[in-house]
Amino acid sequence: MPIEILMPALSPTMEEGTLSKWVKNEGDAVKSGDVIAEIETDKATMEVEAVDEGVIGKILIAAGTEGVKVNTAIAVLLQDGESADAMAVPKAAEKQAEAAGPKVEEAEKPTQQGSAAAPVPAQPKGEVAADPDIPAGTEMVSTTVREALRDAMAEEMRRDEDVFVMGEEVAEYQGAYKVTQGLLQEFGARRVIDTPITEHGFAGVGVGAAMTGLKPIVEFMTFNFAMQAIDQIINSAAKTLYMSGGQMGAPIVFRGPNGAAARVAAQHSQCYAAWYSHIPGLKVVMPYTAADAKGLLKAAIRDPNPVIFLENEILYGQSFDVPKMDDFVLPIGKARVHKKGNDATVVSFGIGMTYAIKAIAELEKDGIDVELIDLRTIRPMDLPTIIESVKKTGRLVVVEEGYPQSSVGTEIATRVMQQAFDYLDAPILTIAGKDVPMPYAANLEKLALPNVGEVVQAVKTVCYK
Amino acid sequence: MAPRKTASTSSRKTAAKPAKKDFTGGTIAEFSKEDDLHAYREMLLIRRFEEKAGQLYGMGFIGGFCHLYIGQEAVVVGMQLALKEGDQVITGYRDHGHMLACGMSARGVMAELTGRRGGLSKGKGGSMHMFSKEKHFYGGHGIVGAQVSLGTGLAFANKYRGNDNVSLAYFGDGAANQGQVYESFNMASLWKLPVIYIIENNRYAMGTAVSRASAQTDFSQRGASFNIPGFQVDGMDVRAVKAAADEAVEHCRSGKGPIILEMQTYRYRGHSMSDPAKYRSKDEVQKMRSEHDPIEQVRARLLENKWASEDDLKQIDKDVRDIVADSADFAQADPEPDASELYTDILL
Ligand SMILES: Cc1ncc(C[n+]2csc(CCOP(=O)(O)OP(=O)(O)O)c2C)c(N)n1
Ligand SMILES: [Mg+2]
Repeated sequence: MPIEILMPALSPTMEEGTLSKWVKNEGDAVKSGDVIAEIETDKATMEVEAVDEGVIGKILIAAGTEGVKVNTAIAVLLQDGESADAMAVPKAAEKQAEAAGPKVEEAEKPTQQGSAAAPVPAQPKGEVAADPDIPAGTEMVSTTVREALRDAMAEEMRRDEDVFVMGEEVAEYQGAYKVTQGLLQEFGARRVIDTPITEHGFAGVGVGAAMTGLKPIVEFMTFNFAMQAIDQIINSAAKTLYMSGGQMGAPIVFRGPNGAAARVAAQHSQCYAAWYSHIPGLKVVMPYTAADAKGLLKAAIRDPNPVIFLENEILYGQSFDVPKMDDFVLPIGKARVHKKGNDATVVSFGIGMTYAIKAIAELEKDGIDVELIDLRTIRPMDLPTIIESVKKTGRLVVVEEGYPQSSVGTEIATRVMQQAFDYLDAPILTIAGKDVPMPYAANLEKLALPNVGEVVQAVKTVCYK
Repeated sequence: MAPRKTASTSSRKTAAKPAKKDFTGGTIAEFSKEDDLHAYREMLLIRRFEEKAGQLYGMGFIGGFCHLYIGQEAVVVGMQLALKEGDQVITGYRDHGHMLACGMSARGVMAELTGRRGGLSKGKGGSMHMFSKEKHFYGGHGIVGAQVSLGTGLAFANKYRGNDNVSLAYFGDGAANQGQVYESFNMASLWKLPVIYIIENNRYAMGTAVSRASAQTDFSQRGASFNIPGFQVDGMDVRAVKAAADEAVEHCRSGKGPIILEMQTYRYRGHSMSDPAKYRSKDEVQKMRSEHDPIEQVRARLLENKWASEDDLKQIDKDVRDIVADSADFAQADPEPDASELYTDILL
C-alpha cells in the first residue's frame, strides 16, 4: 500500500502552513530521516523528514502552496515494487483532505454552540458523610490545637506504616512550632525526617514518593515558604491523577501554619486558602477547633488525594474539647454549624472564626440571633449547608483574614447569589483582610486585619439595623 | 595593605582551597592602626546595637522575628572595607549588622525595629525587611535564599550598565541548599556577572547543624560545577575577611565573573529571639566567645601594639553606647506611622 505523507503540525497551535519547498522530487528514493520538504508557519521554517522508506510516487501539493491544512496528504510514498500508475492515490488523498476538514469543524461545533446544547459531563456528586456520632458519655479532653494535630499524625503513623513526616526542623528540633513534638522519639528517623531548607525540592520528593503509594505528610515551616514549592503542589500533586488517566495520584498532605502570625510582616503573613481553593485536584482544609484539627487531619492523611491543610500559629496554643475516641475521623467537605440562629448567617473558617464568635456574642446583646457556620473545608465546599442556612435567615456575611479580591468570601457570595438568589433579603457582605501587604508597625497591622467591629457592623447592615 | 600569609588564629579549618590557582584565600590583610580602630568601632557598634535590640525585644518594643548578628560582626565589617561607592549589598533577615556597616543610621534601623514612622521603611517593613537606595542596600529579605537571585540581578544590572560596581549577596549555610542558589550560580558564571556570594556559615540553620543538612559541607566548593572559584575564610578575623574581600572584589571588577567566599563564623545568640538553642552546648558557645571573638581579637591587637590604651577603648565604647542609646530613645519616642500609610506604597 502506498503511504500518504501528511502535512505535519510543527507546534501545538499550528493549524495550517505554507509548503515552501520540495527537497525531494517524484521518483527520488528516500530513507527515514531524509529531509523531503520545507514548510513554513508564521513562527518558523521547518524541515519535514521522511518517516518511512520508499520512493516519492507523487507530489500532491505543489511547492509554494499556502494555507495547507495540517494532516492534508502532501505526497505519496511508494513501497518496494509499487508503481505510480497503479495507485489511485490522488483521489483518495483529496478525499482524505476533504474528510479531514469537515471532521475538524464537526468536532468544534458543540463548543461553538455553547454549553446549553452540549452534553456537559456530570460533575462528581459531592455527597459527604455527616460527622460521626459521638457516643453519649464520651469523655471530652481539653486539648490544644497543637496537641490535636500531633495526636492525629501519631495515630495515623501507628495505623499505617506508609505514613511519614518530613519538613524543616520537624524531627530533632521537635518542630519549629512544636507540632511534631515527640514524633521522632516514637517513630524514629526513618519516618520523621528533617529536610534541608529546600521547599521546592522536598515537596517534589514527597509527591514522587506519594506517586508510588507512600503517604507523606509534608510540613512547611509556614505556608509562606510553600510558595517556593507551589509548582510541585499544583503541577505535580494536583494534576497527576488526571494526567495519568487515573493510574496514579498523590496521597499527600501538605500542612503547616498559614496566615498572619503576629508582627512578622509582609513576607510571612498571608492566607493561602483562596489560592489553593482555586485548584482542581486539591482538597483544602482549614480547621478552627482542636477537634476539627484532629479529625480532619486524620481524614486528610487517609485521603487518597493531595490535601492542603492550613493551620494557624495563633490557634496552636488554644484549647478545645476533643472527644476521647479510638478513631475520631471527620469528613472532609462538610461544614459545621457552630451555633444555630435565625436572623443572619455568618460563614467563616480557621482563625476567621475568632472574629465571628466574638461578633455574634456582641450581636446577641443587641437581639440579633446569628447562625454561625464553620466551613472547615474550603475545597470541596459545603455549599448545601450554607444555602440551607441562608434559606432560613436570608442574610449572609463571610469572614476571613485573606485578601479581599478573589477571596473565599467572594466565591461563596457568587455561588449563593446564583443558587439561592430568591432567598436573599440583603446583599451578601464579605469581611476580609485589607487589600495591602501586611505592614509591620503594630498600629498598621491591626488596621490591616479584620476586626470584630467590622463583623458586627456587617451583620447589622445585612439585617438593616 | 598587601595580604600576607600568617598562621590562622582560629582552630577551625581555614586553609586555602582555591578552585583556581589565582586565588590564595586564607591570607590575612595587614591592618594599620587606623584600620584596626575603624574595625573595632564598627564591630562594637553592631554588637552594642544588637544587644540593645535584644533588650527592646524583651521589653515588647520590638515584635515578630528578630535575628541578631552577634558573633558574626567581622564578616560585614571586613567585606565593607573592600567596597567602593555604588557597590551593592543584599542579605537575608539577619540584616541589622549589614545595614549599620553600609552606613545606614542607627536611628533609622532601630526605629524600623520598633515599627515607627522614622524607621527606614516608615515602620512598614520591620526587622527582616529594610532597604536603603541611598546606601545601595537592597534588603532585608524574609524568604531564605531569595536574596541570592536578587543579588545576582544586581550584578546583572551593573554589567548591563557597563559600570564596574560589584554586588555582595550574603546568605546562610542553610540558605545555601535552596535551588535558586544554583540556578543563580549557573547564570552568574555563564554571563560573567560581578557578584560575590558570601556564605555566612555560622554552623547552624535554625536548629540544624550544617552536617545534618548538607551533603557537601565545604561551602566554598558549592560553585565547582559552575566553574565558580571559592575559598574558605576565617570569618571571625576581620583581617582575613578583608584580604578575601580584596581578592574577590578585584576578581569581579576585572570581569572574571562570580566568586564564592565561605565565611566561617558563629552566631552567639539563638536563631531568633524565640529560639532556646538546645541543639548545641553552652560550652560550644562559650568556647567560641572566649577564643575567637572577632572584637576581642582586635581589642587585644590594639592594646598589644599600643595603638590604643584602655582609656581610649573605653572612650570608643562610650561613643558607641551613646549612638545606640540615642537610637533606642528615638525608636521608642518616635510615633507610629500615620494610619493613612496603610494604603500607600502598594502601586505607583
Ligand atoms: C523559604 C524559607 N524557608 C524557611 C524559612 C524559615 N527560616 C528562616 S531562617 C531559617 C534558617 C536559615 O539558616 P541559615 O541560612 O543558615 O541562616 P542563619 O539564620 O544561620 O543566618 C529558616 C529555616 C524561610 N524564612 N524561608
Ligand atoms: Mg546559618
